[in-house]
Amino acid sequence: MKGALEAAVAKGRPVAMAGTRRLEVHGALGGLFPAGGLQRGSVVEVGGGAAVSLSLALAAGVMPAGSSRWAAAVGFPSLGLVAAAQLGVPLDRLALVPAPGGRWAEVVAALADGVDLLLVRPPAGLRASDARRLAARARERGVVLVPVRQGASSRWPESPDLRLEAAPGEWMGLGTGHGCLRRRRIEVALSGRREPGGRPRSMEIWLPGPAGVAVVSAEAPAPEPFTPAPPEALTAVG
Amino acid sequence: MRCLVAWFPDWPLVAAGIPPDVAAVVLHANRVVAATPAARAEGIREGLRRREAQARCPAVRVVEEDRGRDARAWEPAVAAVESLAPAVEVATAGELLLGTRGPSRYFGGDAALAELICRTVDEAAGQEGCRVGVGDGRFTAGLAARAGARAAQRVVVVGRGESRRWLAPQPVNCLGPGYEDLADLLVRFGIRTLGELGELPASAVLGRFGAMGDTARRLARGLDERPVVARTPPPGMSVPAELDPPLDRVEAAAFVAKSLADELLYRLEREGLAATMVAIEAQTEHGESLVRHWRHDGALTAAALAERARWQLDGWIGVERGGSPTAGITLLRLTAEEVRPDDGKQLGFWGGVAESDEQAARAFARVQGLLGPDGVVTAVLGGGRGFAEQVRLVPWGDCREPPPDTDARRRRVLRGPSAEAPPWPGRVGGPAPAVVFGSGTEAEVLGPDGLPVEVDGRGLLSSAPSSVAIAGGARRQVSGWAGPWPIEERWWDRGGRRRARLQVLLEDGGAYLLSRERGCWTVEGSYC
Repeated sequence: MKGALEAAVAKGRPVAMAGTRRLEVHGALGGLFPAGGLQRGSVVEVGGGAAVSLSLALAAGVMPAGSSRWAAAVGFPSLGLVAAAQLGVPLDRLALVPAPGGRWAEVVAALADGVDLLLVRPPAGLRASDARRLAARARERGVVLVPVRQGASSRWPESPDLRLEAAPGEWMGLGTGHGCLRRRRIEVALSGRREPGGRPRSMEIWLPGPAGVAVVSAEAPAPEPFTPAPPEALTAVG
Repeated sequence: MRCLVAWFPDWPLVAAGIPPDVAAVVLHANRVVAATPAARAEGIREGLRRREAQARCPAVRVVEEDRGRDARAWEPAVAAVESLAPAVEVATAGELLLGTRGPSRYFGGDAALAELICRTVDEAAGQEGCRVGVGDGRFTAGLAARAGARAAQRVVVVGRGESRRWLAPQPVNCLGPGYEDLADLLVRFGIRTLGELGELPASAVLGRFGAMGDTARRLARGLDERPVVARTPPPGMSVPAELDPPLDRVEAAAFVAKSLADELLYRLEREGLAATMVAIEAQTEHGESLVRHWRHDGALTAAALAERARWQLDGWIGVERGGSPTAGITLLRLTAEEVRPDDGKQLGFWGGVAESDEQAARAFARVQGLLGPDGVVTAVLGGGRGFAEQVRLVPWGDCREPPPDTDARRRRVLRGPSAEAPPWPGRVGGPAPAVVFGSGTEAEVLGPDGLPVEVDGRGLLSSAPSSVAIAGGARRQVSGWAGPWPIEERWWDRGGRRRARLQVLLEDGGAYLLSRERGCWTVEGSYC
């Protein structure tokens, strides 16, 4: 009964509201967010050992195939773009500013006018006042600002609306001397000012999953068994 | 139609700036196409192979062919002649022709005009050697210029109505490029001179040699192939504005830029052109200058141009930093660098470009104004074995398609469209690393015995890796590894690379792709 009611509510929700107020995320992550997606105009900090993959997965969810949304990444000179494409990010809609130099804040503010999702790596020594101004700008323009924390120096100096923590998970597929990295199970924990009411605060996802995309752990396929090549029978020669 | 041909023998060498007393040749497809007088004195002729030319003159200097350089160097000569006579046609770099009717009467006859043009071209070229021929029709005039070169005469004028008689003793192989086979055939038929060819009945020539034979016969009789086509002088594609007093406020400069953009686009529109690349140049009183090229795959409008000028100046004047100018702006110039016929813009069926796309494009151009055109890029994936090699970064606004690759096209023709993407044996399978380091992040890989792990010539590890230190950090235990996957690229070539790659999984969950090249481990990517 409750499920049917929820479905009816979901149907009755005005489409324009959903489209304009939040950005959808990858299906695997939808259950984690309080609004079922990324609230436009919010600051969502991503950190932890799998932070880059997780932020790329967020971008892939925001820009599904055929959408007219744009994303930009500021200050990632070594972003793995092949990985981004494998996760489903349309590379023609992801603008990269690899080296903003001393004009980081100006560049981010200018990009906030044009894109929907902004992945940034805060430079060391970012002032709290700059961060506050950029957050206000993002709120005004309806941009989701995603500071990606890699190490202690690239911390967002203000407290973000949401904080995603992706612990470096468990890799599958690599043995000792054989196999190769195939998929990884990571645990994503959510915290922040906008407390999710009654929803799971953390969940396990596969990132990358079998086809490169993130999937929820419940849907994880059984790992392929390792089948060594059958030893060839020896035949007497000569 | 009376015609004048000015011809500079061996122009490619003059364009390359080689004096006539140095033995030098220009090669195309391994054949000599031009040689200096010094080289000719050693017996070098057109059509010789490089090796034959070097055998005749071992000290000969070989210059690469560069049509663009030849044409650029010829341009001042054309401009100088254009200042004397209108309607100049450029045949090739090193040869121009013009109709002499008006100019001859003005300058006092064909001979006087020819002398004048010869002197003008010599002055523009910076050395003597121009040959001028005048005759009825371009073919006669061209032959007269070349005959002058053989007879060491600067000017040869064939009188009015004397073309046929003058041409009669010339051999048939001077019909020129395109007629070599025909000339060869005619010689074997015993027709050795243009006079003999001209006396043949037209129907017989047409019946046996077709349209080409008929044209050759017309030329031999001193008639013309086609009239001279005048070159249209390039329209003024550059709009400068001198600013007096100098401007030091962005708004004022942007206002000037708007009127310049209007003027430039008006000029282009009159020619039926649209600009796809525009250079905006600003100069200050102290001689500092800032040029930035703006490209747009559609056509740039006046408003968009003015906006870009403003962003560019904003990035220059607006912020105090090392590169900002020390004085006001005195000159602003807009130049259309690339134009194409303005055939309008076809919008998509469902309304074309979305509003969000335009907003994004404006934001990216704004950042390009701050950081330069390479500041904003998008990635295009291509072929390659390493993860960094598969990515090509294209500045925003440039064409994302790769330049046409003749090899790929040929492959497609040979094997069908499915064979477009070649396989890349040696690529690491599985998901790609989320962080790809360009180069320079070193790693230390140690075996269980504490000695560095090496890869031997057969692509085998000296021992299993047991601990790894990334970029001089702490040593971490290896909990899983695979490899090495050796790659040998372009081993037949000096630019070849040999490397081996290794995936390692560390105890704290970090996973890395390491690469060993020239006895050194580096981190290619991190799966984070």
